[in-house]
Amino acid sequence: MNGDNVPTDDTIEKVSIIVSKGSLEGIYPALIMANGARAEGIEANLFFTFFGLDAIHKARHEHIKLATVGNPGLHLATWAGGLPGMSSVMTQYMSRKMDDLDIPPIPEFIEMIADTGAGLYACQASVDLFGLTRDDFIDQVKDIITVGEFYRMAAGGQIIFT
Amino acid sequence: MPSKVYAGIEVAVDSEGFFTDPEQWREEMAPQIAAESGIDPVTERHWQVVKFMRHEYAEKGTGPSVRALSKTSGVTIKELYQLFPKGPAKLAAKIAGIPKPRGCI
Repeated sequence: MNGDNVPTDDTIEKVSIIVSKGSLEGIYPALIMANGARAEGIEANLFFTFFGLDAIHKARHEHIKLATVGNPGLHLATWAGGLPGMSSVMTQYMSRKMDDLDIPPIPEFIEMIADTGAGLYACQASVDLFGLTRDDFIDQVKDIITVGEFYRMAAGGQIIFT
Repeated sequence: MPSKVYAGIEVAVDSEGFFTDPEQWREEMAPQIAAESGIDPVTERHWQVVKFMRHEYAEKGTGPSVRALSKTSGVTIKELYQLFPKGPAKLAAKIAGIPKPRGCI
């Protein structure tokens, strides 16, 4: 694919990406899509909900782990995935491979995405559910918003749920 | 193959308007390409990035992604997006007359 088949008169102008998972493989795709959208000049907002909040949580976003249990894509026996330390080892292995490809670690990636002008928002219901406050989140988070406010912000664009 | 006329010279471009032959590019074409992408005027800072894109292309055969562009040029991501709101690597490559960078990051 070289992009030559892409019709130029039919473009996406805005995306709103919902991040609902707190695992490494749950968070990265959303970040790559948000960053890629901005690189194409597409407006992008990220809405972090449920365990996805870990991605913008000051104390937790440096410790995001790959899920090694219930993840058939890893091709590990289920019992092996549950061994102590397995998630850390696999996370380290994956992080090294990503580093080789110049994919930044999650905290750096999120900061970079904020710098591109994308908006980062936390979900009010999840913040209440987990007993969090504004201070638990990194400074780049613009606001804690309700689902209604999210929909208003997303109006006229595409919504991507991850 | 589509073509465009910049600075009075016909050049070959792809469907998105990127030069298919960077050898056809001349500095005096840059302001016109930039204006088509909504960048007017082309400032000294824009030029710095555009020249850097050409330099990287000449060295590596491909333009850098936004992150690599920021890391190696020393221009912050924030400023890159201020200079080129519709995508720094993409627009700077277009103005610099090189093919569109294909990185995902």
